[in-house]
Amino acid sequence: MILEKLILATIIFGISLFIAMYATYLERKVAAWLQDRVGPDRAGPYGLLQPLADGAKMFLKEDFIPTNADKWLFIMGPGIAMFTALMTSAIIPWGTDLVLFGRTIALQVADFNIGILYIMGVLSIGVYGIMIGGWASNNKYSLFGAIRASSQMISYELAMGITVITIVMMTGSLSLRDITNAQHGMNWNVFYQPLAFIVFLICSLAELNRAPFDMAECESELIGGYHTEYGSMKLGFYLFAEYISMFISSAIISILFFGGYNFPGMDAFSGNVLAILGVAALFMKIVFFIFVIMWIRWTLPRFRYDQLMHLGWKSLIPISLINMLITGLVIAFKNGWFNS
Amino acid sequence: MSIDLIIYLLGGLTIGSALMVIISKHPVRSVLYLILTFFLISANYIMLNAQFVAIVNIIVYAGAIMVLFLFVLMLLNLSKENEPKTSLLVKVSALISGSLLLLVLLAVFKDASFLSIENEVSNPNHGLVQNLGKLLFTKYVLPFEVSSILFIAAMVGAVLLAKRDKNIIE
Repeated sequence: MILEKLILATIIFGISLFIAMYATYLERKVAAWLQDRVGPDRAGPYGLLQPLADGAKMFLKEDFIPTNADKWLFIMGPGIAMFTALMTSAIIPWGTDLVLFGRTIALQVADFNIGILYIMGVLSIGVYGIMIGGWASNNKYSLFGAIRASSQMISYELAMGITVITIVMMTGSLSLRDITNAQHGMNWNVFYQPLAFIVFLICSLAELNRAPFDMAECESELIGGYHTEYGSMKLGFYLFAEYISMFISSAIISILFFGGYNFPGMDAFSGNVLAILGVAALFMKIVFFIFVIMWIRWTLPRFRYDQLMHLGWKSLIPISLINMLITGLVIAFKNGWFNS
Repeated sequence: MSIDLIIYLLGGLTIGSALMVIISKHPVRSVLYLILTFFLISANYIMLNAQFVAIVNIIVYAGAIMVLFLFVLMLLNLSKENEPKTSLLVKVSALISGSLLLLVLLAVFKDASFLSIENEVSNPNHGLVQNLGKLLFTKYVLPFEVSSILFIAAMVGAVLLAKRDKNIIE
């Protein structure tokens, strides 16, 4: 039993790293495509070995710690960023149960009954990697980047939490597996909650610190933001953590709003075939959302910082609150609370 | 046996990191130890089957409030040279209020029984969201609503204070 979970966790760990690795390649190719360039094409066929070359380069660079930096915290920063990025994948339901060698294997490492709150918790501690790294560098640009990143993440967490509550209200459960099972077939949440989906997508972009919300590392104002002083694989960890979070948040968007492993016409299959097709459907959705996130990055310019705060506090939070209120009223009406 | 061992280990770690909060010389390190303490307290909650309280503790305290603490400390960048001087009066009053708190805590824990942990663990559904929500909206609905009104009052007060300061500057 424990061995099964261990194997599953290792596989998911490997897949996360693999997808994050090729997300860096995909990002360059998408950028090149949108800007009418060729992109990386030297390492291997179609430049497919480019991520390996990048990784080798990162490892071979000099590992450097600035003189006035707080040594231990400087080392801890990227570690925390990577750790929190990888932690979330534990509760994602990847597919229906698989039957192998007479044993039923749930394709989910842990099914907590507080599932979605666990994600919010991990998100909220994700700030520390950036903050500790930025402060420990002892550089004012790093500190500015860290402060911007953390205030932005705290602000957008609120609207994100409220949209998640609307989904939880509709399902009546916090467990991600129950939320997925409630969207059987084509009965996806996005058709009932389009507004919540848009708010959630914007908030995920802000939580990921990606353009148009990449205030934390905007080159034109802050040199490199919180990782100005970092080099070698420590910088690699920060960059890689961002791609892993991108993978995980695409998975969460697919599960909350696009049915997770459900796909139209799934009733025609059963057993292992259904499980495998479900996993394939989920991964197709994930890759699509990774592409959408990249598409947005290479299309929209960066926000100004006050515009960012204005959008977060004065638009997204009221919209999500009103959306929650309407959802609550509809649920109450459906349950017949107004009839008595 | 093994559960007892885990509980003792967690308790020891919690007290240890809480002590480090006071012992650390550097304020930022202190706050980081405080964050660690919150995580260990959450682990203790999970041992008591209170998953919801554990995760909310992480989201609210470790995730939001401590980030603000860290924020302020990083901006002030306190060190030995520019540490604000505390007057004798403040020190004496801190000593008196601290001893009073100790007295109250001792009085509380003198008669407290620590046997209730067994009963809590025996009911595995005790700390789950469903039961907690039902209790909050039936048995404890009055305290729940009163505390939320208190929170709103505090929020409005904070906004008002911030606004007034701005007017004076302008």
